Amino acid sequence: MTVPQTRHQVKFYQVGSFAVGNRLVEAEHRSVQSTTDRANALTSGHRACQGCGEALGARYAMDAAMHATQGQMVAVNATGCLEVFSTPYPETSWQVPWLHSLFGNAPAVATGVAAALAARAAKDQARGIGDGTPSVRVVAQGGDGGTVDIGFGCLSGMFERNDDVLYICYDNEAYMNTGVQRSGATPPAARTMTTQAVGSEPGAPFGQGKNVPRIAMAHEIPYVATATVSDLRDLEYKVTKAMGMHGARYIHVLVPCPLGWGSPAGLTVQVARAATQSGLFPVFEAERGEVTGVTRIRRLTPVEDYLRMQKRYAHLFSPTVREDVIERIQAQADRTIARYGLLDTDDSTEA
Amino acid sequence: MFRQVEGSRAVAETVAACRPDVICAYPISPQTHIVEALSQLVKAGRLSPCEYVNVESEFAAMSVAIGASAAGARTYTATASQGLLFMVEAVYNASGLGLPIVMTVANRAIGAPINIWNDHSDSMSQRDSGWIQLYARTNQEAADLHVQAFRLAEELSLPVMVCMDGFILTHAVERVDIPEQADVDAFLPPFEPRQVLDPAEPVSIGAMVGPEAFTEVRYLAHAKQMQALELIPQIADEFRDQFGRDSGGLVSSYRTEDARTIIIALGSVLGTIQDVIDARRDMRRKIGAVGIGSFRPFPLEALREAVGHAKRVVVLEKSLSVGIGGPVSANVRTALAGLDITTYTVIAGLGGRPITQASLHEVCELARDDELEPLTFLDINWDVVNRELGRRQARRRSGPEAENILRDIGTVASGPV
Repeated sequence: MTVPQTRHQVKFYQVGSFAVGNRLVEAEHRSVQSTTDRANALTSGHRACQGCGEALGARYAMDAAMHATQGQMVAVNATGCLEVFSTPYPETSWQVPWLHSLFGNAPAVATGVAAALAARAAKDQARGIGDGTPSVRVVAQGGDGGTVDIGFGCLSGMFERNDDVLYICYDNEAYMNTGVQRSGATPPAARTMTTQAVGSEPGAPFGQGKNVPRIAMAHEIPYVATATVSDLRDLEYKVTKAMGMHGARYIHVLVPCPLGWGSPAGLTVQVARAATQSGLFPVFEAERGEVTGVTRIRRLTPVEDYLRMQKRYAHLFSPTVREDVIERIQAQADRTIARYGLLDTDDSTEA
Repeated sequence: MFRQVEGSRAVAETVAACRPDVICAYPISPQTHIVEALSQLVKAGRLSPCEYVNVESEFAAMSVAIGASAAGARTYTATASQGLLFMVEAVYNASGLGLPIVMTVANRAIGAPINIWNDHSDSMSQRDSGWIQLYARTNQEAADLHVQAFRLAEELSLPVMVCMDGFILTHAVERVDIPEQADVDAFLPPFEPRQVLDPAEPVSIGAMVGPEAFTEVRYLAHAKQMQALELIPQIADEFRDQFGRDSGGLVSSYRTEDARTIIIALGSVLGTIQDVIDARRDMRRKIGAVGIGSFRPFPLEALREAVGHAKRVVVLEKSLSVGIGGPVSANVRTALAGLDITTYTVIAGLGGRPITQASLHEVCELARDDELEPLTFLDINWDVVNRELGRRQARRRSGPEAENILRDIGTVASGPV
């Protein structure tokens, strides 16, 4: 085997996927999940649904963060699926010090934890211990509702102050914990319980959208990245990179929800991949407000292929095919492809 | 050391002497001078180490406090009025999680109509939030209560609200003996949390709790407040030993020995009430006053003992429980259940209306003859009220009430009515 040059060149053709955990590659290119001392930050026994993208994403993100900090980490969680399915005792699944306060305040709670750790580090330094830099790091996490809607004010405040927090949003594009209602991250035409597939314009309306990764970039914070559960090695890489930095950092992870999206539980990874390969969900990273890396589309697929995988879009195909709506969604994907250069062949921005 | 100082400054310097690790602040009148002064003390290095976080809302302020306290930091914030309401969800969360945060509430009215002046509507709205609520009578007591509050909060692992009247105390310049650092250090040991986010001993805090355990968790919150009933007087005693003055405690009595009428109140108005009582004692009236220092926990026994010998009590309160009367009176009635004591409620000082000695004398006269209404609105202008009621009857679209009234009394530029 040749030594891979970048993480994108680690391809596992023997299983026909980008599977992580492969112990055959060079040590420095192995994933966190392939090591025997992985943290199991979110361990088994939790109550997530079969095929839950959020559980998968959180497991990989938190293990990568634990690995990067050698376990010196505190997690803060917004109310939501992740909090509910992981905490009822005696089934609590967290192997990290973990705090849940409310739905809309996880970024601010994380700021408070970081402030306490900074004060302690300063006290220690005064007593001749350490250099005043906190040895314990903070990761906050929430779903799209807790992040782009109800927690948005606190998130922006945390960004603006550049507090030393990595915030991870697991975006499944609706309020799934309360039974699939529309959030500010719900895409146009998607059926939810509050944007039902009835009337002349079934599903969620075409709004202006609320692109929180770009809003985060507008704060010019040290690091912003997007990722999906279809490329877990990329997610690990971005979390690891973020934990190597200080200040406010934001990672937005697309996590399909079989229940809310009406996709087969066994296809969570494929659905996430289709979101990226159609251009609807751009995978990139940015530092101080500038895009520094983009994951190119490998096999461009029409948005229709992505939409057809999910019952939340079923009304676009039956009783009649809504070409007009599908075209509008395709136009959105085309704009995103052009904006981030997702089809460029020039390697200059390849991460 | 005695200094001629603004109440807010006295509180800020006292809080600084308590060595908080984290202070989160959001501006709202009349609390602002406190966090301004603390910001200066931190920035100048006089309070160090301390993380001072300027947040984007009161909801964030309390949320930062929650995170900081759970991570083992001694944590302080201050707010008032709309700010307290804006953080309510986090206020309940802080007490539910058992986090010993100390917060000053510079008491101010709640809108609408918007009003920046003093009454107790804000903190009274949080009487069931699970926080301990202490009310200061003077700026000296306001300062002292903060030292006691950190002791109390950290001993019980419960948050404490120190309530001081907005403007009347926060902005009043008077002589205050600001607690010395050495005395505070001797009185207040370093914070030793009962629960903490620590990678060496990972715990989950804030888990989902179902019907199988919720009642027990809530009962423990009540039990801790019952424990506070014992602890508050103990801490006040220890405070006297260390600092040489009386501050805090559950209730305070003034000339109640043989009193047939006792006025019950909270906060700075007790000063005015004491002057009225002195004057009436000179007139050989058997009258006294009892101040409630701790509204949560509510000192049922101590209050019963303090006023049990009276014939009547007049509860003078700066908040209105719309639809029934006064929140303090309701609690007082619980304390006096079974005793042959008439309880009157006087709603006074709403939105900063001055509570004058003349009006209090009038109340006392009526009470003495048992001619006081069970629910009285002190100094209410009935002409203004009746005029608006008439307008409502005359026209369907009678317009916005507050603005109609302002136009009537000519406080704002008015056109033809």
